[in-house]
Amino acid sequence: MYDLLTGPLLWVVFIVTFVGLAVRVVMYIRGLDWKLDRVAYRPFLGHGLKHGVRSIVAFLIPFKAHSWRSRPLFTILFFAFHIGLLVTPIFLEAHNAMLEQSLGIRLPGLPAVVADVLAWTVVVGGVFMALRRIAFPEVRILTTAYDYLLIVISVAPFVTGLIARYELGSYDFWLCLHILTGEIWLLALPFTKLSHVVLFFMSRMQLGMDYGIKRGGMKGTSMSW
Amino acid sequence: MPEGTLCNRQPITTEEQLKLVLNDKGGKQYYAEMEELEVDSDKLWGAIQKTLKSRTKTWLDICAHCGLCAESCFLYQVNGRKPEQVPSYKIQSTLGEIIKKKGKVSNEFMRHCMDVAWSWCTCCNRCGQFCPHGIDMGVMFSYLRGLLYSQGFVPWELKIGSGMHRVYRAQMDVTTEDWTETCEWMAEENEEEWPGLEIPIDKEGADIMYTCNAREPKHYPEDIAEAAILFHVAGENWTVPSEGWEQTSLSMFAGDWECCKDNVANVYAALERLKPKRAIGTECGHAHRATVIEGPYWVGREDGQPPVPYMHYVEWLLEALETGKIKIDPEKRIKEPVTLQDSCNYVRNQGLKNVTRKIIEYIVEPGYFREMAPNKEYNYCCGGGGGFNGIGKYRPQRNVALLKKLQQIKATGAKLVIAPCHNCWDAIRDLEEEYKIGIRWSFLKPLIIEMMVVPDHLKPEE
Ligand code: SF4
Ligand code: SF4
Ligand code: SF4
Repeated sequence: MYDLLTGPLLWVVFIVTFVGLAVRVVMYIRGLDWKLDRVAYRPFLGHGLKHGVRSIVAFLIPFKAHSWRSRPLFTILFFAFHIGLLVTPIFLEAHNAMLEQSLGIRLPGLPAVVADVLAWTVVVGGVFMALRRIAFPEVRILTTAYDYLLIVISVAPFVTGLIARYELGSYDFWLCLHILTGEIWLLALPFTKLSHVVLFFMSRMQLGMDYGIKRGGMKGTSMSW
Repeated sequence: MPEGTLCNRQPITTEEQLKLVLNDKGGKQYYAEMEELEVDSDKLWGAIQKTLKSRTKTWLDICAHCGLCAESCFLYQVNGRKPEQVPSYKIQSTLGEIIKKKGKVSNEFMRHCMDVAWSWCTCCNRCGQFCPHGIDMGVMFSYLRGLLYSQGFVPWELKIGSGMHRVYRAQMDVTTEDWTETCEWMAEENEEEWPGLEIPIDKEGADIMYTCNAREPKHYPEDIAEAAILFHVAGENWTVPSEGWEQTSLSMFAGDWECCKDNVANVYAALERLKPKRAIGTECGHAHRATVIEGPYWVGREDGQPPVPYMHYVEWLLEALETGKIKIDPEKRIKEPVTLQDSCNYVRNQGLKNVTRKIIEYIVEPGYFREMAPNKEYNYCCGGGGGFNGIGKYRPQRNVALLKKLQQIKATGAKLVIAPCHNCWDAIRDLEEEYKIGIRWSFLKPLIIEMMVVPDHLKPEE
C-alpha cells in the first residue's frame, strides 16, 4: 500500500495537480477580455502590473490591507492557518527525505518543534474557521456543506500526520491515511475552490490592474486597499 | 402572456412607445404585466455563456464565503446587519442561482433578482476593496442588471430612462432645440450682470467642449449659466455641441449596454466634429463615469481613453484656481463647518480624491473643513446611487439607505455639504427633506461664483 501511494500514484497526483493549476492560470488569462472587463490591459500594461502587484502585496501582508486591519483576530487566524498549510508540507523533514530519495534534491528542513506547532496551528485554525462559520450570521448565511468539506480536505492530512507522528495506534495505517489524504488535498487544488491557491493571484492582479489603469492609477492616486 | 405591451424584452425605441409607458403612472400596469412576463431561458443562458468569462466566473467560483465583505457594504449596515444583505450572499443568491440553473429560473425569481439588483446594491464598488479575492460586487451587479434588462425585468423608471436615451439621446425629453434654446436663454438672462457672456454653440476648434447632464437644461438651467459664467471669468475659449451635449447614462443604471454605447458614440461624434482641444464634463459623477471611464470601452476604443482628454469639472476647476484664471476673495471663503461628499463614480472609480480637497483649500477658511469618516476611496455611497434615487418602487428602501450618509454628516457637525455630483446632491437634498437635520448642500459652481474675484473689465458698467 505504502509503495503504491508514494510511488506511481504520487507522481500521477503531482502531475495532475500542477498541470491542472497551470491550466487554470492559462485559462484565466485567456478569458480576460478588455472589452467585457472594460480594462485596457495591453496599452497600459505598465500601470496595470504595478498596481496589480501592489494589490497582491497588500493582501499578502498581515494588517496591510484595510480588511486585515478591521478584523485583527480573524487576520491572525487566517494567516497562521495559511502559513501552516503551505509551509509545513514543503519544509517538513520527512517530506524532504522522500524528496531526496526520489529526486536527489533537498530543501531546508523544519525543526521538529516548529513543524509540530505549524501542524497544530492548521488543525486548530481549521476548527476555528468552522466554528466561525457557525457563530457569525453573516458567515453562516454564506456557508454551504461544500465549505465544510473543503476545510476537512485541507485539514485531514495534518490530523492524520499528527496522529502518525505521535504514533497513536498503528503507525503504518495512519501513515498511509496521511499520504492518501495528502493526495486528495493535492488533487482538490485544481478542481475545487481551493484553486484559489493560484486564482487568488490572478483575481487580485486583475482588480489591481483595473484600479491601476482605469480607476485612479493613471490619475496619479493609488488605492490604499 | 409571454410579453406585455408595456413590460417586455424590447427596449423602448420610439417616442410613441415611450409615451405609452410614461403615461402608466407609477408603472402600475407595467409591474402588473411583469408578473406575467415569461423568462426566455435560452436567450438568458446564451447571453451568459457569451459574456461570463474569467473575471466574473472566477469571482463566483472562488468566493471563500468568508464574510469579510459584509461590513464594507453600507446597505448591510443600515439594514440592521441582516445576513441577506451581505454582498457575497446578494450576488450568489441571484446571479449565482441563475447560472447554477443555466437560466431556467421562474418569473418570481427574476422579480426577486430585480429587487436585489436595484434596491440592495447601488453598484458603489466599495466592497471590492475589502474582499481578499478582489471580488467586486458592484461590477457583478451591473452585469446582473444587464441580464435582467434584456429579459424585461427592470424598474419602470429605468426602462423609461434608457428609452429616453434611445429616443432623445438624453435622460429626459430634451431635444436639440430645447437644448440650444436653453443655452441662448441662459446667456441672455445673465448678460446684463455679465456683459459679454456667451454660450457658444458648435464652435469648431475651441479649447474646451463642455457637456452636461440633461437635468440641467430641464430642471436647473442656472447650472449651465454658472458654467458659462465661470468659463467667461476664466477667459476660456469654449463651446457646447448642439448634438452630443448630454453625457449621462441612465442606460448604465438600467443595464442597457447597447444604448450606453450609442450615447457615448454621440458625444464622441461631437468631439470629432468640433475638434476641441479637450472636453470638460459637468459636476456629475455617473455622467463622468459613463462618458469618460466606461464609455471608451463601450464604443470599442482599445486604449480605454476618450478621443480627446476629458476632464471632470473638479479637475478643470482646480486647474483654473491653480493657474489663477479664477481667483478667490479670501474674505468670502466659507467660514462655517463644511464637509465634502466623495462621489464613488469619480473618486473610488477614477481616483480624483485629492483634486476636490485641493479645491477645498482654496475656498474654505482653514479650520472649517471636516472630513467625513471614512472618506476618499473608502467613502460610503450617498445612499441613492446606481439609479436608486429615481425608482419610486424602492423609495422606502432608499430612505433607509440615506441613513448612513446622515450619520456620517452629523458626525462631522457640518452645516454645509459640498456635493460635486448630481446624484449625491439629490440624495443629500432628499436626506434633509426626509430627516431634517438642518444642513444645506451645494454644487461647487454657485459657491465659487459667490466668492470669486471678478476682474473690473468683466463687471457691468454702472
Ligand atoms: S469577502 Fe470576498 S471571498 Fe469573502 S465572502 Fe465576500 S466576496 Fe466572498
Ligand atoms: S457595490 Fe456597494 S452597495 Fe453593492 S454590495 Fe458592494 S458595497 Fe454594497
Ligand atoms: S450617487 Fe454618489 S455616492 Fe452614491 S453611488 Fe453614485 S456617486 Fe456614489
